[in-house]
Amino acid sequence: MKWRFATVADVHPETGRTTSIALRVPGWGGHLAGQHVDVRLTAEDGYQAQRSYSIASAPDDDGLVLTVEEIDDGEVSPYLVEELQPGDELELRGPIGGYFVWEESKGGPLLLVAGGSGIAPLRAMLRHRLARNGDVPVRLLYSARKLDEVIYRDELTRAAENDGIDVHLTLTRERPDGWQGYARRIDRDLIAEVAWPPAERPLAYVCGPTPFVEAAADALVSLGHDPGRIRTERFGPTGS
Amino acid sequence: MLDGNAIAGTLDDIFGREMTLTMSTCGHCASRGPLAETVVYLRAPGVVVRCRMCQAVLMVVVDRRGTYCVDLRGISALALG
Amino acid sequence: MHISRGFHGRRAEADPARVPPGQYVTDDFPVLSAGPTPRVPLDQWSFSMRGEVDEERRWSWEEFQALPRDDVTVDIHCVTKWSKLDTSWGGVSVDTLLDGVDTEATHVLAFCDGGYTTNLPLADVTGGRAWVAFAYDGQPLDPEHGGPARLLVPHLYFWKSAKWVRGLELRSDDEPGFWESYGYHNYGDPWREQRYAGD
Repeated sequence: MKWRFATVADVHPETGRTTSIALRVPGWGGHLAGQHVDVRLTAEDGYQAQRSYSIASAPDDDGLVLTVEEIDDGEVSPYLVEELQPGDELELRGPIGGYFVWEESKGGPLLLVAGGSGIAPLRAMLRHRLARNGDVPVRLLYSARKLDEVIYRDELTRAAENDGIDVHLTLTRERPDGWQGYARRIDRDLIAEVAWPPAERPLAYVCGPTPFVEAAADALVSLGHDPGRIRTERFGPTGS
Repeated sequence: MLDGNAIAGTLDDIFGREMTLTMSTCGHCASRGPLAETVVYLRAPGVVVRCRMCQAVLMVVVDRRGTYCVDLRGISALALG
Repeated sequence: MHISRGFHGRRAEADPARVPPGQYVTDDFPVLSAGPTPRVPLDQWSFSMRGEVDEERRWSWEEFQALPRDDVTVDIHCVTKWSKLDTSWGGVSVDTLLDGVDTEATHVLAFCDGGYTTNLPLADVTGGRAWVAFAYDGQPLDPEHGGPARLLVPHLYFWKSAKWVRGLELRSDDEPGFWESYGYHNYGDPWREQRYAGD
């Protein structure tokens, strides 16, 4: 897989800590919802750092979008979130991944479980589902610490206006006054309320920090969902 | 501690193809699953891939100045279609 | 080679004479691991000196804490290219642990909770060059960084400073440890940039 150069077309803050980077990638052959790219940065003295980022745009969208969360004391994310500007070049390779992928032909019903920045690849799946205007029902369960850390909030609200698309948020640290939604970390009961019963055989995609993914996947299995229909992708620090 | 998705690009470099769906059998406990579901330790002198069930080392990848040294002794079977 | 405009990485300034070839200095203390962090209660912990010794020695945590303690400040160099200068450790010198031991051994193999091993010449863990450290920066050593105790051998790449160490096996042969058997250098001198086998 070759490294290639993308040009930054736009940099757009999503929340206080996350930014979406729109890229033009000459010769890009398309991708599947859920795939990621590897990004490589090189300093003047030759020092290199490499990270993986999920593609947050759907295959049906124009151009590629990466949504990056700024990690405190991070080495790469502060650069991408604060320094990168339209016109800059970014070295990347991809698309990468065959397991954590959803396309219309896989059917559903589709259960998407996101923790924090794990929403990015699942948003690509949701956008793909909407773009294709198919009839696979989707339920998105998205855990964030507070409302202003919910990425793509307006887009998800609009998506939920579609028949067959449900979005449930759970805010684990802070809630606005009058909040009617879930207010705790994902657990077995919460998933049981939101997800289809195992008899419906949903296809589940779980993405977020490792402890989140393990808790959610364990909960799904303990409720009787087929482990073979649960796909997981764990996010976390990769720099050394 | 991540999973096999985190080394999808590295595995593609090594095997020349997408590998996250590839089924591997643990040489220690015989459990079988896709490479995407292995436990991956990235922050080390090399990549260490462990069996999710028993934690035995399945694979170690050391990037030796641009050449990958790959040890697969912990895997008893890899289903390459 | 493409340069990413404005990207510097996160590196600290340092006196070049203290930085081995190919290394970058960091103010952080990165956690590198090849497996899950072991958790051993101190009442189950022991340190052993075994193998080619007249008599196997073993210390419980309490006995270990009663041994003469050294406090040292050293530079450490990881093979993944980061170096950290002036790190402070507290522990027991391996010389203390070998005091009075009769042996013909030429090498040691450090063995650890979780199964990690690393090999060194006996000469490289004696003469004031190695410790079993249980304190870092004035605090008990964090499990992520190898606590309750780790080997500390600062003159070699830091993979030789085995985390979660439980003992040294004295040997008259040289048995490669974990990273050594996966292609890393058998000795690992950062000043000669001995990262990989054959360097």
